[in-house]
This record gives sequence, C-alpha cells and structure tokens, in this order.
Amino acid sequence: MAHPSQLGFQDAASPVMEELIHFHDHTLMIVFLISALVLYVITAMVSTKLTNKYILDSQEIEIVWTILPAIILIMIALPSLRILYLMDEINDPHLTIKAMGHQWYWSYEYTDYEDLGFDSYMIQTQDLTPGQFRLLETDHRMVVPMESPVRVLVSAEDVLHSWAVPALGVKMDAVPGRLNQTAFIISRPGVYYGQCSEICGANHSFMPIVVEAVPLEHFEAWSSSMLEEA
Amino acid sequence: MMAEDIQAKLKNYKTAPFDARFPNQNQTRNCFQNYLGMNIMWLLPVSTSWQRSPDYSKPDFHRCTKVLTAKGADTTPCEWFRRVYKSLCPISWINKWNDQLEEGTFPGKI
Repeated sequence: MAHPSQLGFQDAASPVMEELIHFHDHTLMIVFLISALVLYVITAMVSTKLTNKYILDSQEIEIVWTILPAIILIMIALPSLRILYLMDEINDPHLTIKAMGHQWYWSYEYTDYEDLGFDSYMIQTQDLTPGQFRLLETDHRMVVPMESPVRVLVSAEDVLHSWAVPALGVKMDAVPGRLNQTAFIISRPGVYYGQCSEICGANHSFMPIVVEAVPLEHFEAWSSSMLEEA
Repeated sequence: MMAEDIQAKLKNYKTAPFDARFPNQNQTRNCFQNYLGMNIMWLLPVSTSWQRSPDYSKPDFHRCTKVLTAKGADTTPCEWFRRVYKSLCPISWINKWNDQLEEGTFPGKI
C-alpha cells in the first residue's frame, strides 16, 4: 500500500508492474542526467567573465546535439514499446471476475461456475479496528488465486468509475454499457489496495479496491464459504 | 465430431477462452454475441406444436436444449454459449436482457 511521504512506486506484485518500475527507473535516470548537464551548462554560462562576440555557426556541435537526443529518444522508445506489446499479449486466463462500479462501492462477480456476487463497501473510519488502513479497507475483498492469470472485466452501473490497483500496474476505466478487459498475474500472496480513479460524485474518494492474493486452495475455500453465506 | 470437441472443451472449462474475434480491450460485443448465440439457438425452425404455446418467448437454456433435441440436433452448443456468456456478462445485464426477451423488447436481432 502507499506510505506517507512516499516518493516512488509501491512494490510490484505482478510481472508487468516490475517491468514498468524498471522502465521508469531507466527513463528517470536519463532525465536526471540531462537535467544535470543542462544545469551545469547554465551555471557555467552565468558564472564566467569570458565572452565570445565572433561566433557565427558551428556545424559539428549542431550535428552532435541533434543526433544524440535522437539516440536518447530511441533508447527510451524501445523499452517502452517492448512493455506496451508485452501488456498486449494474448493470455489464457484461468478465472474471470467482473468488477462493477457503483455510486459509491464496487461489486465483484465470479460467475465461471456458480453465481457468486457481492458488494465491497469502504469501512468507515470510526469502524476501523487497530492496524487497519483509513479510507482503504473494505468489508469484502476481491480474493484471487496467486500465480494464476486472471481476467477482470470492468464496467459500471451508473456513472464513470475507474478500477485501479497500483501494486499490480492495473488501471481500467469503468464505463456504463461497456465491458473493459484487463488481465494480470499476481506473483506473491498479499493484500493490495487501490482507489477509484475517475471522479464519480460525492464519495469518489471513499470507494476503495482491495485485492487479496492467496494460494489456490485458500481461494477455493473462500469461494465455497462465500457461496454458502449468500 | 464437433460435438465431441465442444464436450471436451466443456469438461475442461475454466473460464471463457480467448476469442480471436474480440482481441481487444472492449469485450462488450463478446458477451453480447454469446448471449445472442445462446438465445438464437432455440429459434432455429422446428415444427413441434409446443412451440406455439404462450411461453415460447421465454428463452432459457432448457428451451434451447429442448428445441435442439426436438430437431434431433446436438445440444452442446447451447451449454457452451451459456457458460461463456455467464463468465463474461455482468449479472445485471443478463437479468435485464432476460426480462426484455420475456417482454418482447429485446433490442438484439433474433
């Protein structure tokens, strides 16, 4: 989950998010190097008493500072496109879950075998137990088997919402009347938090998403118990 | 032969598989097509008299199976479509479309 005064991304819980973090590190390093160079050049120019009134042109440096940026851009574009296509790979999901956005909660449907559906409301601050996270916890979590390709179909029942879980590198808009597909594999067991990412009214900030990744047997036990409860 | 393929696929069914007709992010049509497929199956022309009964307009898996059985056709396509649309389509959409089919206001081409 997010931490106070956090600067970087949350730790990755899916292979795609790991790739995105590495790409971001790579690109940010390029940005820092260029910024450092520019800052140096500016301070050098500003702090010298030397002047040169007779310069007219310079073919060589012009060529260098055209070619070098082009190379830098290619060095950014190639990993970027690699990840773009990686995220677009045809996958073979083991499980399909529908995440439906409502004002102001999410509902999850697991209908591959039986009809399992439940709502997921935020736990109000006054009802939190010690150790729980304010504005992030929900009464029912979206439980998912770890290390299994999962397909999530995101939609909405009223207005626009958006289903996002940063640790998994997932964000997908929930549009009424449209079924948007996203997929992920969760590499390790854990609890991952997200928040609605499209303004949807008064309680837009109070309809979080909680994904709990567990071993397959635990997932099966959980889904049986949820079906019995219903 | 196709029936055996579908039966094998149904036995190993985990979830709706990748459908090359709908390779992109927007899966709305995938859900709708499978729902239509399921409900179109039972509208194939047959000549049994029970079809002229009042609740002929009520679509469901059972009628799909019944119709295909009456035709002497294999019923496994019905089950395949049903599994796939149940996996993909939101429950509220399915209920809404079922109600519309009952009322005769379903917008799809059947």
